[in-house]
Amino acid sequence: MKVEAKPDFQTSTAPKTGADLLIDLLINEGVDTLFGYPGGAVLPIYDAIYRARDTIKHVLFRHEQGSIHAAEGYARITGKPGVVIATSGPGATNLVTGITDAMMDSLPLVIFTGQVARGVIGTDAFQEADVMAITTPITKHNYQVQSISDLPRIVKEAFHIASTGRPGPVLIDVPKDISAGELFEIPEEGTIHLPGYQPTTKPNPLQIKKLADAITKSRKPVILAGAGILHGKASTELTAFAEKHKIPVVTTLLGLGTFPANNPLSLGMGGMHGTYTANMAIYESDLLINIGARFDDRLTGNLKHFAPNAKVAHIDIDPAEIGKNVPTNIPIVSDSKEALVELINQTAESPETEGWLETLNKYKEEFPLWYKHDPNGMSPQWLIEAIHKVTNGNAVVTTDVGQHQMWAAQYYNFEKPHRWVTSGGLGTMGFGFPAAIGAQMASPGSTVVAIVGDAGFQMTLQELSVIYEQNLPIKIIIVNNGALGMVRQWQELLHGNRISESILQTQPDFVKLAESYHIRGIKIESQEELITKLPEVFAYDGPVLMDCRVLQQEKVFPMIAPGKGIHEMIGVKPS
Amino acid sequence: MKRIISLTVQDRSGVLNRVTGLLQRRQFNISSISVGPTETEGISKMTLVVEVEDEQRLEQVTKQLNKQIDVLKVSDITDKAIVARELALIKVAGSSQLRSEINGIIDPFRALIIDVSKDSLTIQITGRPDKIDALIDLLRPYGIKEIARTGLTAFLRGHQPQVNELTTYSQIK
Repeated sequence: MKVEAKPDFQTSTAPKTGADLLIDLLINEGVDTLFGYPGGAVLPIYDAIYRARDTIKHVLFRHEQGSIHAAEGYARITGKPGVVIATSGPGATNLVTGITDAMMDSLPLVIFTGQVARGVIGTDAFQEADVMAITTPITKHNYQVQSISDLPRIVKEAFHIASTGRPGPVLIDVPKDISAGELFEIPEEGTIHLPGYQPTTKPNPLQIKKLADAITKSRKPVILAGAGILHGKASTELTAFAEKHKIPVVTTLLGLGTFPANNPLSLGMGGMHGTYTANMAIYESDLLINIGARFDDRLTGNLKHFAPNAKVAHIDIDPAEIGKNVPTNIPIVSDSKEALVELINQTAESPETEGWLETLNKYKEEFPLWYKHDPNGMSPQWLIEAIHKVTNGNAVVTTDVGQHQMWAAQYYNFEKPHRWVTSGGLGTMGFGFPAAIGAQMASPGSTVVAIVGDAGFQMTLQELSVIYEQNLPIKIIIVNNGALGMVRQWQELLHGNRISESILQTQPDFVKLAESYHIRGIKIESQEELITKLPEVFAYDGPVLMDCRVLQQEKVFPMIAPGKGIHEMIGVKPS
Repeated sequence: MKRIISLTVQDRSGVLNRVTGLLQRRQFNISSISVGPTETEGISKMTLVVEVEDEQRLEQVTKQLNKQIDVLKVSDITDKAIVARELALIKVAGSSQLRSEINGIIDPFRALIIDVSKDSLTIQITGRPDKIDALIDLLRPYGIKEIARTGLTAFLRGHQPQVNELTTYSQIK
């Protein structure tokens, strides 16, 4: 009698398609949440997700852009890669903004896009797009799967590349015949083979010694703390290092929270809308120690005037960042934590910084951040301070880009790392709200506040469905000034007050809009209203949208106008 | 300034696109590029000749290339002792009567006539780019119908002289 040797896939737990294998591989990588949106070319993957629904959670967004920003929020909070799934063609192209955003801000993502079957690739098939070519410049790496047996290796390599070295997005394009392909045998476990990818994480001891000596000799040292400290989980070491040598710390926009804002050595954020003290400290310093920042133009202002008298030391895990914008005297290619530990262990003497700190403290006293209180309306800065108060400074805060982002950066004094989720490099409108969804999923116990502008919110508001479905208690604060505030600010200050297309004439009733998505909505028009409503809103265990009408003409100050040096700030004091 | 950059890369689809895309994005002008397999299966060698403004930009481009996962090695070999060659095919107008005259011109260049037709001759020349340029100039009066050049390919000589002897070996102006 002939025995049928083929195993019964219906009852056994063995994977049966490429997609099943893919989901198994994700589970093996420790993935607990998938951020995605189905479509034709990923139907086999969604079939596998259906079968694995008890082991892995999938969150359905309403637009692919929402799913990828959520994955970015998740990655920013956890440090683990956010995993995104989208279909071919339009599904993939809708991810482009998020992929670029993650690339600019070094966020680990592993993105799966569906692709038409291998046999029809290149024939302009339905929903076909050349995703590999489109995403080559905006990913750390990308793959197109050519054989089911390659899947284990590719998935393993993708997670490795995304989360090590300088993190970034990795995309895997999966043709439909691969995901639908029947799996006759389970391929061997993948092994990483990446001879061209070996990030340096340990600092060169000679360079560390050089920096230690430079620190001892310096009189006006300053540390610039960037997001590299977050990736290296080196906040504690940063504080220990700064306190050991009494060196003041300026943080970048993305570096907020890496150094406690209430530490006396903290000078606040530097750059275009940074504090007077932070920018002057960089300008006057004789030793600038950049740890994990990339000397972005919004930080440096005109390079001619950037730290003109300073010896520059730059610690970065990405060698290509060192010397890219600012000539560097002491380059150190390293993980931030490894370098800081080595630096702390150096026996070099501390510099004499008393005079320097005294000068900086005088600046702090004389030129603090300021705004005018208007009895007839609500200042946006005051709004941020009120949110800080009600959340005890402990919330996870997400933002879009623009005025509200800068006010949140200036007035929500971050004490801890991994609490600040913002779109820095790319400056993406519509980022904050979906990012809050990912942040809340990554940290269910935290208070998550999405501080968004009225314009940016309207780019991704469809995800209100998701917070209702997932019952995520996110508090959405719309800093509503009826305008593209930062665009209007630049038009007022730099374009002869020609207010071109930056006022939003018509807006939805945000309260009704929230209610139509089954979410509580509240309109706030005065400070008194806010004071009464805020504790109740934050005590409520569910999502709330607050449409906060703020003073429309408020501007973000201080400001370094484009082309100006870091010392040429305007609006450092009330006029 | 022109620089010769030698790249060792994994032979995977998209790697050429990554390299040229990167150079385009960072605004480097590629004068020539040549790619081919190496002694190791799965590994290719690319030789790029790029126009770079200054040292800082050059450092940046090599670092950016190095960052690519499929790029195994990047070296700027311009100032090293190298062997560098390009191949050109030049189609010149003229009947076979011209053959001996053209032979006289190309002979010192160690070039060959590799195709003859009723109204044209095709010459193959291998050498440094300036040598090829020189021959092209000499052939121009005969009426050049077509030119195809491979772009420069190069690698290090077996023996590298001491640093102070290096400048004489520079292959490119």
